[in-house]
Amino acid sequence: MVKKLITEDTRMFLTGNETIAYAANAAQAEFMYGYPITPQNEIMHTWCKLLPKTEAGFLQTEDEISAGFSTIGGILAGKRAFTATAGPGNVIMQDAQSMAEMMRIPFVCAVMQRGGPSTATVIYAQQETRLTCFGGNGEGFRIVYSTAGHQDLYDYMIKSFNTAWKYRFPTFMLADGYQGKMREPVTLYDPASRGITMEPTPAILRAPGKIDVDRKANHIRNTFNLEEELMEVLDSYQAEFDRISPEIEEYLEYKADDAEILIVAHGIVARSAMTAVDELRAKGIKAGLFRPITLRPLAVKPLRAAVSRAKQVLFTESANGQLAQMVLEKIYGLTTPYSTLFKMGVGVTGDDIVQKVEQMVKTPATV
Amino acid sequence: MVQTLDITPDLAKAQNAEAGASKFCPGCGHGMILKTLAHTIDDLNLQEKAVFGCDIGCSLLSWNYMNVDTVQTHHGRTTPVIYGVTRANPGTIGIAYMGDGGGLAIGSQHLVNAAVRGENMLIVLANNTNYGMTGGQMAPTTMPGQKTETTPYGRDCEVTGKPAKGAEMVASIVDPNKAYVARSSVSNLRSLRKVFTKALKNVEKGGFSFVEVLSICPLNWRTNNEGTWDRLKTMEEFFEVKEFVQREGLE
Repeated sequence: MVKKLITEDTRMFLTGNETIAYAANAAQAEFMYGYPITPQNEIMHTWCKLLPKTEAGFLQTEDEISAGFSTIGGILAGKRAFTATAGPGNVIMQDAQSMAEMMRIPFVCAVMQRGGPSTATVIYAQQETRLTCFGGNGEGFRIVYSTAGHQDLYDYMIKSFNTAWKYRFPTFMLADGYQGKMREPVTLYDPASRGITMEPTPAILRAPGKIDVDRKANHIRNTFNLEEELMEVLDSYQAEFDRISPEIEEYLEYKADDAEILIVAHGIVARSAMTAVDELRAKGIKAGLFRPITLRPLAVKPLRAAVSRAKQVLFTESANGQLAQMVLEKIYGLTTPYSTLFKMGVGVTGDDIVQKVEQMVKTPATV
Repeated sequence: MVQTLDITPDLAKAQNAEAGASKFCPGCGHGMILKTLAHTIDDLNLQEKAVFGCDIGCSLLSWNYMNVDTVQTHHGRTTPVIYGVTRANPGTIGIAYMGDGGGLAIGSQHLVNAAVRGENMLIVLANNTNYGMTGGQMAPTTMPGQKTETTPYGRDCEVTGKPAKGAEMVASIVDPNKAYVARSSVSNLRSLRKVFTKALKNVEKGGFSFVEVLSICPLNWRTNNEGTWDRLKTMEEFFEVKEFVQREGLE
């Protein structure tokens, strides 16, 4: 059992990456497997610095392929294990993530997005949204939380472990290097003080009980012989994913009730959007925000309701519409016109959004 | 009158009786290797501590062969899954089972790094000089001049390089005080059992073990019994069968 560092509410001024390491300890995570890649390095730096106090484990692997698969090994051994990655690391970790998806392994990974495609830039983007939600050769049986600041990083890192182990779908906390590298005040707490009980983490490999006496040996696989055999399994996953989605879906609306122009944004861009909404409201423009917190699954009902109420929608992202594509599919049939503000791999400021919305007021969207 | 033979197969306790008939092709070496491994697990009473991981390729057909907790992984990724287990749960006897492609091609970075770090596990690499499951392509271990689907005129080492010698490579990078490295062959299962015994004892002591087993693939080799045996003997001349590294105290 690892030692918890945070036993009472503690206000700290931390980088996001440090916050994630503290959150993993608060969640009683027992093992981190990782490989260096910017901008997530300080998660493992902090985790390693704290090891003498936490008595947890760490393995620096030879690459993200190994980080992903050894995390799976730790989880199958019954440990609350996790990893973190970014960019090209996230790309090559898809191999392990798809195995976790196929075998319903409670894989937990913090993704700190950087620019893409390829090596691109090392600090910021929202270009791993599609990859994190639908990567690998699968169907997106994944749960993805998109955070917008340090308190989120703390809260949702803890939550990611419980979501993964409760529902047994790989669970990702999707953030970015801006959140990872900047400092903000954050309240660290013991999850128990908020009524949060950590889900148990039973072992599959060396499970309790003697083989042939108390139980049979576990044989788990991701290969199937027949197409129909595979479909039967995946149909059951889809049914389960649909069943649990209402329990998992999260979103945040900011002044969206009477919004004539609804901004749809996730992650740190949603924070820019909140400042823009206040500024636009001060100018008499009825703007509001719909921020999906879970990107997988999306909170479709409230999203459709908010879009229906608005006269125009603005999609804005530090990517070329990766979220917008997911949303547009889910709001099929609605006729609210929309406009876009996409800056591939570049931050979106409140000013950018204010200017764009003012244009939309003058020249309404027709799409 | 029909008489039935009342003979039960010689199954190890660590072999899964419910798996039924072997899934391997007739004449395949995997069954011999796995059965020997299962008997060795019995010999050392390791069934409860053992975790078995199998790779992709023919080795994946071992996914329910052993009567120990088993995970079938991705191609080349059995090594990291198993050291992920043993890192998280020390005291586990982690066994990663793979072919020459999984160990020496697509998963070679994991083999090298697991050996260098001295991961506490046993890697068993079945070397049958070709990719069997996918139809008999050239493997890193394909012999000079050997015909495969991707070297239909024989392996030309000027073009493809020379065959990879896994045991020699691993022997050169391990810590000799914590390692056991050997090459064995399905031509001598008694010897293989001794090799597995030492390899597993070394894992029990916290060390890293690597056992390459020269194996046979009559289907893709297109050989009859005699030809298969001859080929195996040729392999044993090319790939030296011996113990390369043996820490003290394994006898």
